[in-house]
Amino acid sequence: MNLQNITLISFGYFGKDILEKAAGAVSQEFNFPVSIKEGHIDLSEFYDSARRQYNGNSLLKQVDSVSLPDSFKTLGIFNVDLFIPILTFIFGQAFLGGKTGIASIYRLDNERYGMVGNSQILLNRFTKEVVHELGHTFGLIHCLNPSCVMRSSTYVEDIDQKTQNLCIRCREEFVSLTGV
Amino acid sequence: MARKISILIVDDEDSVRDSLYNWFIEDGFRVECAENAKKALTILESGEFDIILADIKMPGMDGLEMLRRIKSLKKDSIVIVMTAFATVDTAVKALKDGAYDYVTKPFDPDDLTHLIRNATKQISLTDENENLKKKVISLENVEDLIGGSEAMKNVLREVESVAQTNSSVIITGESGTGKELVARAIHSNSSRKYFPFVSVHCGALTESLLESELFGHEKGAFTGAMYNRKGRFEMADSGSIFLDEIATISTKMQVELLRVLESKTFTRVGGNKEISSDFRVICATNKDLKNMVEKGTFREDLYYRLNVVNIQIPPLRDRKEDIPLLVDYFIKKYCTSMNKPAVPIDQSALKRLQEFNFPGNIRELENMIERAIVVGTGKKIGLQDLPLEKTMVNNFAESLDDFERAFILQILNKYNWNISRTAKALKVDRVTLYNKIKKYDLKLAGQ
Repeated sequence: MNLQNITLISFGYFGKDILEKAAGAVSQEFNFPVSIKEGHIDLSEFYDSARRQYNGNSLLKQVDSVSLPDSFKTLGIFNVDLFIPILTFIFGQAFLGGKTGIASIYRLDNERYGMVGNSQILLNRFTKEVVHELGHTFGLIHCLNPSCVMRSSTYVEDIDQKTQNLCIRCREEFVSLTGV
Repeated sequence: MARKISILIVDDEDSVRDSLYNWFIEDGFRVECAENAKKALTILESGEFDIILADIKMPGMDGLEMLRRIKSLKKDSIVIVMTAFATVDTAVKALKDGAYDYVTKPFDPDDLTHLIRNATKQISLTDENENLKKKVISLENVEDLIGGSEAMKNVLREVESVAQTNSSVIITGESGTGKELVARAIHSNSSRKYFPFVSVHCGALTESLLESELFGHEKGAFTGAMYNRKGRFEMADSGSIFLDEIATISTKMQVELLRVLESKTFTRVGGNKEISSDFRVICATNKDLKNMVEKGTFREDLYYRLNVVNIQIPPLRDRKEDIPLLVDYFIKKYCTSMNKPAVPIDQSALKRLQEFNFPGNIRELENMIERAIVVGTGKKIGLQDLPLEKTMVNNFAESLDDFERAFILQILNKYNWNISRTAKALKVDRVTLYNKIKKYDLKLAGQ
């Protein structure tokens, strides 16, 4: 059993391809083995009918309560629209320096914005979002470098601007925090 | 390196606090939360925050009342209020009461990012402005040291050489000679110039007040200590502290001061946490500290700790050649501040000023010029505009003998009782001078 394992748990249907590619990118970026698991949660408990969205805070806590003995970082992946009480929407969130994060693919698809769907763009955005939230679980904060994956993104266009890699500064910080 | 911006979140809803906390912590801010206004005010008493993000609707004290209290504590605090759609009117009221901005809940992530970015920009501009102001003040302070006389040039040379060091300095000189200006000049020419110059007038404070002023106090340390307060030593961190009238401090304070100077650490009155501060000490006095040490009224160890470098500022009567420059400087200064065209000074008035002894030194000259500009005709400063006649009569004696006695004694003191030099200065021979000394029973001070 490897305790230095990152686990991506999908809640809902995702193409196997997109999860595996994202897992490959995460493994390459953080240098830890990554496994993919399927999770089952009754999402109706987290649905806010007034906002017609799903409560990201509650979902994060729920994923955090899932005990995975072979995993030291866990990221819950959803395909629903997430919100937190204070913001209109979020792409994802994580416990800074904790073990859990969540991310949603819902707002990353071009079709959501009335454009032609593009699976490559969707994969790129999804991978960046997954790496970004996991970066927070390692203790990395938002970075001002426009190409760094830890750059804060409020719209999908912001995600497209950055790469899926840590900048030199964040890489150094990651090494000092993890010793990897 | 830019400092870490701190944010205080005040909201009664756990989920809102948690969401904002996570959001800001991921952005690298220092974040604290309070669930109500009362707790927020308690947190603000013990620490400063750059941005306060507060909900308007809270049980107990509402956000508006809290805003007013925060503004009364610290006028330039950046308070952003959060409100629901239905209470936009209240938010507008908050803006009128001094809130920096408002956001309606729930807000777009981009709005929040922009809002905080703008507030952060304002904070860094305010910091920069403060630093620039300090820099400008420092430069003016150097320009305030007027004088082309050899005595003043010596002082400036000493200031220049001592500024680059970290040594303690004692500035001695009669009242009104500009000791604080010299202290400021030392500070503004040192590597500490971008940090505070903190001035304390020791003579104006009682022992307990001085202690609280220098070391600060904790809330409740004594009656009336409503809040924690930083002391002057703490404020002067990385900068310089100027202790004016150092000779007036009590024996107890001398011991305390010596300990702080040795260790650069202290505790606030009523506190138990040791605080360290890196400051340079510049002291000033018009008393003879060495004499006080001999009499036992000033601690010898403190005297030697402070007196690493001594700068003596000559009284104005010993550098009368500087009077025209000083007069010119004060005329420009006060005409500008009073929005008047610069007025020239009559040559006879200037000559009389140069003959005057100025027991109050430069301060007295400055006041004379200011008065002359206020009460004068605005065309030329003449003898009638200067209160010299009256002052001179008061200054000197009623009779010619008294006048002569005082004058000879003054010149003798000036030349350290060197009979030849004094006689030469008085344009009399040595025998005449000896006769006058005998006639008026003049004695060297201390004999």
